[in-house]
Amino acid sequence: MAGFDKVVSSYEEALAGLEDNMTVIAGGFGLCGIPENLIAEIKRKGTKGLTVVSNNCGVDDFGLGVLLPNRQIKKIIASYVGENAEFERQMMNGELDVELTPQGTLAEKMRAGGAGIPAFFTATGYGTPVAEGKEEREFNGRHFILEESITGDFAIVKAWKADRYGNLVFRKTARNFNPMAATAGKITVVEVEEIVEPGELDPDQIHTPGIYVNRLIQGTFEKRIEQRTTRSA
Amino acid sequence: MALSREQIAQRVAQELQDGYYVNLGIGIPTLVANYVPEGMEVMLQSENGLLGMGQFPTEEEIDADLINAGKQTVTMAKGASIFDSAESFAMIRGGHVDLTVLGAFEVDVNGNIASYMIPGKLIKGMGGAMDLVAGADNIIVTMTHASKHGESKLLTDCTLPLTGKGCIKKVLTDLAFIEIKDGKFHLLERAPGVSVEEIQKLTAGELIVPEHVPEMTF
Repeated sequence: MAGFDKVVSSYEEALAGLEDNMTVIAGGFGLCGIPENLIAEIKRKGTKGLTVVSNNCGVDDFGLGVLLPNRQIKKIIASYVGENAEFERQMMNGELDVELTPQGTLAEKMRAGGAGIPAFFTATGYGTPVAEGKEEREFNGRHFILEESITGDFAIVKAWKADRYGNLVFRKTARNFNPMAATAGKITVVEVEEIVEPGELDPDQIHTPGIYVNRLIQGTFEKRIEQRTTRSA
Repeated sequence: MALSREQIAQRVAQELQDGYYVNLGIGIPTLVANYVPEGMEVMLQSENGLLGMGQFPTEEEIDADLINAGKQTVTMAKGASIFDSAESFAMIRGGHVDLTVLGAFEVDVNGNIASYMIPGKLIKGMGGAMDLVAGADNIIVTMTHASKHGESKLLTDCTLPLTGKGCIKKVLTDLAFIEIKDGKFHLLERAPGVSVEEIQKLTAGELIVPEHVPEMTF
């Protein structure tokens, strides 16, 4: 690695320095656009006590769900969970700390975290259990609650294409939380389907500039589909 | 007769207007897309980052990178756009979506809605529902009027944890179309063949009934 070249040669190298009890922010919505190989590497590494920030927690045998059986996740901050039996079991038994966060608030917490904004007011969650213990304020006759932003020791991200400098392009709805996650990690690790040379991507078409990216690796992806819905041709 | 799920969707679709950007929740709201009136253009917003959601794909068109908020594989309509989750909720929170349709467990006379959690039973999370109800001005809640055991879901005070406070103005149930204002339910329309008395009996919160309550037409 030299200069702006972010490419690393192995998944082990990609997650070097990830230690027990760290906070990891992950991109993805359901199983769409999840950094599946980086998650698998966390499982292999056996890192424990993690606080994971992600919209969802995968399913029993894929995505973040694979970190549950060995109790690698201590706390999860998510908007919608429980697509997996083991998750529900650990949550009900109090083995897993779950902080349910509205989806838009979660996205904004990551965005703000990456943008150096420590907190923001939102109407979302006012008067609900989400508002408990949070500062409330009125602007123009409407009620808002103060939400704090989130940053992570690591962010793990899946993009479609990158150049070696870490400029990223996402594909379709696999973009979701990935661009915000990419900005909010002290160390942001990105896995992609294809790496090209700098200059090959049109600067106007780059979704995430390479400045946010620390490590980059090319992987192969299963891309599992959660709900396969079709119409007849 | 109480409305079927399809009829509820059909009645909601009558509230659509040409050029509307619409967010449809999971369940009955999703069915509204099947009843967009002929010649009318609406664009569906899916909060995972898609404006201009199309129909389900054929086997050949399936793309793991293209799903809706219900995690179902979908396609993109002509003129669709893709964006990240922060942008998606900027649209929602910023009040740019013209109509939001979503389900609920309970609503009450003060426009409170409970839709995401049954303590001890169902704790899956709110997803985007709290942002949707806080951000949208024009919301229609679709739900059954009462539980299978005949317990009203239109209450004086919601009993379940709230999704949003004071944000619901319109509710379409299998029995009635109801407006919420001034701390009361107001009966606007009744399902064909359903009497005002039946609706009254299954509405726990205060219900204002005008002299003439028209039947819904389809």
